[in-house]
Amino acid sequence: MTSLRQHLIDPEVCIRCNTCEENCPVEGAIEHNDDNYVVNADLCNYCMSCIAPCPTGAIDNWRVVSDAYSLDEQYSWEELPDEIELVNLEEGEAGDSEATEILDVAHAGSGAVPAPATASVPQVNLWTRDNPAKAKVTGNFRITEEGTESDIHHIVLDFGSQSFPVLEGQSIGIIPPGVDAKGKPHLVRLYSIASARDGERPGYNNLALTVKRVTFDADGEIKQGVGSGYMCDLQKGDEVQVTGPFGSTFLMPNDPDANLMMICTGTGAAPFRGMTERRRRLNSNGKGKMMLFFGARTASELPYFGPLQKLPASLLDQELVFSRMVRADENEKEYVQDRMLKRADDVAAMLSDVNTHIYICGLKGMEQGVEESFTRICAAKGMDWNVIRSSLKSQGRYHIETY
Amino acid sequence: MTTDVRVEVNYDDLIPNNVGLSEDRRLLKALEEWHPKFLEWWGDQGPDGFNDKEVYLRTAVGVDPKGWAVFGHVKMPDYRWGVLLAPQVEGRTIPFGKHKGEPVWQEVPAEYRSLLRRMIVVQGDTEPASVEQQRHLGATAPSLYDMRNLFQINVEEGRHLWAMVYLLMKYFGKEGREEAKNMLERNSGNEDKPRILGAFNEETPDWLSFFMFTYFTDRDGKMQLESLAQSGFDPLSRTCRFMLTEEAHHMFVGESGVMRVLERTCEAMKEAGITDPSDIEAVRALGVIDLPTIQKKLNFHMAVTLDLFGAELSTNGAAAFEAGIKGRYMEEKLDDDHQLYNEKYPVLQVVNGEMVEIEEDAIAAINGRLLDDYIKDATSGIKRWNKAISKAGIDFELVPPHKAFNRKIGTFADINVTPAGEVVDAATFEAGLDQWLPNDTDLAFINSLMVPCTEPGKFADWIAAPKVGVNQQPSDFEYVKLA
Repeated sequence: MTSLRQHLIDPEVCIRCNTCEENCPVEGAIEHNDDNYVVNADLCNYCMSCIAPCPTGAIDNWRVVSDAYSLDEQYSWEELPDEIELVNLEEGEAGDSEATEILDVAHAGSGAVPAPATASVPQVNLWTRDNPAKAKVTGNFRITEEGTESDIHHIVLDFGSQSFPVLEGQSIGIIPPGVDAKGKPHLVRLYSIASARDGERPGYNNLALTVKRVTFDADGEIKQGVGSGYMCDLQKGDEVQVTGPFGSTFLMPNDPDANLMMICTGTGAAPFRGMTERRRRLNSNGKGKMMLFFGARTASELPYFGPLQKLPASLLDQELVFSRMVRADENEKEYVQDRMLKRADDVAAMLSDVNTHIYICGLKGMEQGVEESFTRICAAKGMDWNVIRSSLKSQGRYHIETY
Repeated sequence: MTTDVRVEVNYDDLIPNNVGLSEDRRLLKALEEWHPKFLEWWGDQGPDGFNDKEVYLRTAVGVDPKGWAVFGHVKMPDYRWGVLLAPQVEGRTIPFGKHKGEPVWQEVPAEYRSLLRRMIVVQGDTEPASVEQQRHLGATAPSLYDMRNLFQINVEEGRHLWAMVYLLMKYFGKEGREEAKNMLERNSGNEDKPRILGAFNEETPDWLSFFMFTYFTDRDGKMQLESLAQSGFDPLSRTCRFMLTEEAHHMFVGESGVMRVLERTCEAMKEAGITDPSDIEAVRALGVIDLPTIQKKLNFHMAVTLDLFGAELSTNGAAAFEAGIKGRYMEEKLDDDHQLYNEKYPVLQVVNGEMVEIEEDAIAAINGRLLDDYIKDATSGIKRWNKAISKAGIDFELVPPHKAFNRKIGTFADINVTPAGEVVDAATFEAGLDQWLPNDTDLAFINSLMVPCTEPGKFADWIAAPKVGVNQQPSDFEYVKLA
């Protein structure tokens, strides 16, 4: 079963003002009859051009479905259908943090936000379950220290002669082989791309992923997530079925003067590795700064800890935060949001710069703490975070991808 | 957060614009001379008593989907009115009329000069008119949220005036500058110098009227702007395309405003165990507006708005279509030759005192067709309101009045037709008005409810809270800082 995140318009809220249809750059992607405005799932490319101009918010509705609702079905609605739960929790897939549910909920924290104004136009959904790309594994390395609980892998996939154009911040889907307990094909798993758009190695048709092996306790028995287990166990030369690319908003600005504030935990670092690498390769003279708040339990469990140490501070201002490594002079555990408060002056300076883009990626649980820190930092400087955030959102400068 | 603005529009100039104003000294000078007069008009005729308050307003800083809405608290006179046109479409051709397929005009064709000027003046005149009609409403706003929406609409209507004035001054020389001046001198309801269209001389006496106006009359605005956005005169097309994006919010305020009034009335009726909507006294005793009175307001505003479409059969309308100046609603989606020389369109009209549908030349019936498109569109929203009433379990249905009801302009002006569509004599019509249109008692009752509610997050008792805040703000957000 392929899942699709379908864009829909809430007929109860829509006032049929035609703004969405007017602003839609894809001919025919939004159409209407006397009662309803509807989105053609075959044509919508998730560009989000319709989201900000909608005066009601009716446009900002999404459903994860196996088969797209047809135009006729949408025309017949008086209200939106209920969400259908696609992930079977009893089978333990909810524990697989990089699984399908990213599609549904990963961007919920920011609501619908357009892509940065200067982002490149992403390609989406070029390869599907019915017609997946076949990638070859050219590398699979554990990047956290042996013996630690976090088994995180850096996996390189090569697409050979198949076209698989990606941008930093996008995700790809992986279809684990075989069937589940009910004899059905496994759901697609989504992983953020951890490399730059021109390849893990520049000029190669390859990309990298950062995958954590997920284990969970099922009735006293330790099981591992189907998707992440499959990925982490891949051998060099194995063939993997890939769908995507996916994602058209969590993208980086091309403007070399844009500042990037990147806040992450664990494998949430993947898109930021790609963005940082993109900037490093461009080596432009732009004024844009990059600042990274990156949390993990310990240094040995922080993916890419070694390579990060080699990046010059002039390229990336990094704050690595380790919650289990409490320093002798501090009694409290420290998380990314705590470190943000210590850098309040720099964070506030970036917030008041119209060229700043903020990205948050990692576990859902981090959102609240980060929000609180932004609120406190702003309040101390006489700024209103709510107002700043709504500007950031409306201008495509605030992006959250959490799971 | 004035620093937090992504500038695509030139905001360094006194007049923000994306039309290269600084390179056209003559035009810039004309607009800069007009600017203080506009501000003076705003002070005299704009929202009464709130010009020194900070209002949470949306300002367009760019004309693309990403840049057109930036929110922040500003005082209305400091709002950045400007000249914003939708981006030029390369290679655009005239989509209809006898010039169909020819490249669009970037300058005014001499033969259509007066026709175009008239059209722009009529459209432009409605913009400041509505601000004037609504100028006292701030004092009785049912919440800060509603007050903010009113002011947002007011400043955007002000910007729409700027848009039309720009066209007049840039493309119509001295005459255009004169027309721009007159825009600020005519005045809604003024006996000597009234606004051009009748509906814009009616006062907006209360908030239910305001919601009905923004539902019905701004929806007419949408149809008119959409038809002008088809224009072969490209600057007009681009101006109207951008205005449409702003107009959408006004319609939202109207549709959701009436909906909230209905929701509150139904809720109060249910709480009090009243099931008969016609028990007006009992419902009014609850401090909410009874459904039959809402129907009367609907009748009034819809009929007045239908008059705005002009005569159903119109040589002016035909001329504007044939010339490629004003198209039909969604012209590009219509499946015909877009010239209409051989097409027919059925038009309901009065013959010997009876209403009959007659096949007319489609080109002569351009206005009639736009009117029909409008009625269809406006009726869809009424259906949604009815859904809310039936959901509450109350047996009542709002009905759009017949299109011939209470018309002052067009083919139906000379006959008397009930809301149900029955032709009656003048005496019968006069006698029925009391039950079809709001009477003095109705208006006095509504007026008695118009008490301001200015505590953040609180709403007057006759209206429900909105489902979501502006720009997803929390319910107790201080949309207008009154302190």
